[in-house]
Amino acid sequence: MQIIKDQHIIDNEWQHCDETTELPSGKVTVPCSRWMEQREALISRGNIGLRLKATDSVDAIKDELVHFGCIAIEFAKFNDGRGFTQARLLRERYGYNGEIRAIGVFLQDQLYYMTRCGFNAFEFSAEQNLEKALIAFSAYTVTSQPDVFKNQEGIGPWR
Amino acid sequence: MYHYDDLDKRQVQERADQFRDQVKRRLSGELSEENFLPLRLRNGLYMQKLAYMLRIAIPYGLLSSEQVRMLALIARTHDKGYGHFTTRQNIQFNWPQLEEVPDILDKLASVEMHAIQTSGNCIRNTTTDHLAGVANDELEDPRPYCEIIRQWSTLHPEFDWLPRKFKIAVSGADNDRAAVYFHDIGLRLVKNSEGKIGFQVLVGGGLGRTPVVGKEIKPFLEKRHLLSYLEAILRIYNLQGRRDNAYKARIKILVNALGIDEFRQQVDAEWEQIKQNGLELFETNIDRFKGFFQPPDYQAGDAHDSTLDAALAADKKFSIWYKHNTDDHKQPGYRIVYISLKPPTEPAGDATDVQMDVIADLADEYSFGEIQTTHNQNLVLKDIKLSDIYAVWKVLLKHNLATANIGTLTDMICCPGGTYCDLANATSIDVGLQINEKFDSLDYLYDLGDISIKISGCMNACGHHHIADIGILGVEKGGKDFYQITLGGSPGLDAAIGKRLGPAVAKERVPDIIGIIIDAYVEQRAEGECFNEFYSRTGIDLFKERVYANN
Repeated sequence: MQIIKDQHIIDNEWQHCDETTELPSGKVTVPCSRWMEQREALISRGNIGLRLKATDSVDAIKDELVHFGCIAIEFAKFNDGRGFTQARLLRERYGYNGEIRAIGVFLQDQLYYMTRCGFNAFEFSAEQNLEKALIAFSAYTVTSQPDVFKNQEGIGPWR
Repeated sequence: MYHYDDLDKRQVQERADQFRDQVKRRLSGELSEENFLPLRLRNGLYMQKLAYMLRIAIPYGLLSSEQVRMLALIARTHDKGYGHFTTRQNIQFNWPQLEEVPDILDKLASVEMHAIQTSGNCIRNTTTDHLAGVANDELEDPRPYCEIIRQWSTLHPEFDWLPRKFKIAVSGADNDRAAVYFHDIGLRLVKNSEGKIGFQVLVGGGLGRTPVVGKEIKPFLEKRHLLSYLEAILRIYNLQGRRDNAYKARIKILVNALGIDEFRQQVDAEWEQIKQNGLELFETNIDRFKGFFQPPDYQAGDAHDSTLDAALAADKKFSIWYKHNTDDHKQPGYRIVYISLKPPTEPAGDATDVQMDVIADLADEYSFGEIQTTHNQNLVLKDIKLSDIYAVWKVLLKHNLATANIGTLTDMICCPGGTYCDLANATSIDVGLQINEKFDSLDYLYDLGDISIKISGCMNACGHHHIADIGILGVEKGGKDFYQITLGGSPGLDAAIGKRLGPAVAKERVPDIIGIIIDAYVEQRAEGECFNEFYSRTGIDLFKERVYANN
């Protein structure tokens, strides 16, 4: 399976595991609750990513970020905008530099906004032509407010 | 007024191009209607009963003559020759074809307009006082801040998928003409004890099925923190607003659930973290925006003009219109002129392409090329020289734009209702027209004085019925249109939500019941007492008894 990362189409390396399944080898993401419960074991295993639901608090895991190779933010519905704030807080406030991946239900037309909020990887659950989705990144060349990239050179404080 | 720079132009054109692609994908079937829906909504395109409806943003209600001519052209080319001005100072077209919408957006972009975020659960068009810049009671012109908010909120990456829509209104005058207490965020320019001007911030007001008066979250916010404070409110709302039930998703529900003190605390905590995050407005930024809204090149004039006085003395019809449809201007020698879009036989807020062209010409010739929309669904020419008023009136009269009813009972707010709207439970337009028919004597209307009737075709309250002296809400009963009457609402600083008069009544009875309410007032009012004052004194019971006595 392929995903978009840093505006390129690449092979997916992460497997998403639930609360209880035995973890396969390689890179895996686990839900927030599993991380809380099995923190020490998961740290020693390594290759761990975190999966956030819209209701999960980013503040609650802000001191744990160093352990995650990937943070996957799950969209149960494409019109649930909480993930946009979650990503932005991770990137901007808590300085997370790793992969922030959108998973679940979202639309190619949202990629540009998501990128500005800190997402850099996109794993579509629905059928999606990834080549076509790449176009979305260049939909706009102008922004009117700060974002995770913040300083748009020479355009005043917020633009 | 504000003029786009190259960046604005590029952004709006890019949006139009993006939507052209989305429409193409929809028409080819690549995009399902379900997935297209939120995309078209963010471009103001609704599916109504019979056709698409396109809502175009008029930022804080301000239009240039060139823009009005373009709206006329769109009405002529892509619609059935008219447009509808809304209670949010925008304009709607009722008959566009999906295939043509990208062309309409291109046309709009060519005159610095768009339909971005006029619908959908995002930050909507910022509205303001329709007398901004010319009102006698103005502390400071709110429009520079409206434009700053417009830019900040346009394509905001984080707040495009809020729990529900989000509306901001700004007022800069002593009196409130922007209904700041009934917006998700209301901003009032106020002076603090040190003589500094900043914002009083209100939050959680709104109409709809749960009308709520906004609460003060900050008595005084420094101007430089305007955007960071708005961003903090939006962020708390985006994370915590309810998403399980669309009817409980507005910020007013969250504010009520948390309580204003807890909500304030959370917003302040968030705000502390982002205050310095590149959203700070410096004096130079604000001054740049103020530069766009400087007073025009007024000619020195006296408070009286002999040609005007002569016309007023000679032409009674003109003098009546002058009395009701013009207002004091802060600049001696000028008056504010209202263009009534409420003639007795037309839907409130509608204007034809020809009328729009005429208005644009008038603005060019007499009012520095600017036209203002009002949330009462009228238009304003803000800067008319006293010596020009008679000429302006003659043109307005010729084009059915001089109904002398501003502020009177027939200056009704009326939503499109069941005639067009898919959400409506009942019609609105015909109810308004029936009321016009009953109250067809202007002299009688003048005797009644200031009184407002506002009609909504459903509980979403686009017609603002909650904040009218007499509110009319369409409901459906057994497949028939019925109407719930409310009394005593007020949109201003004395913000109040109307009270239910009693059981809903059938459509054909509405005009008579309005008549009974008016009779009760006329018979018992004190000398010079307006309806609102009368209601405050007597309460609702008197009206209840009169209306339901025989039932």
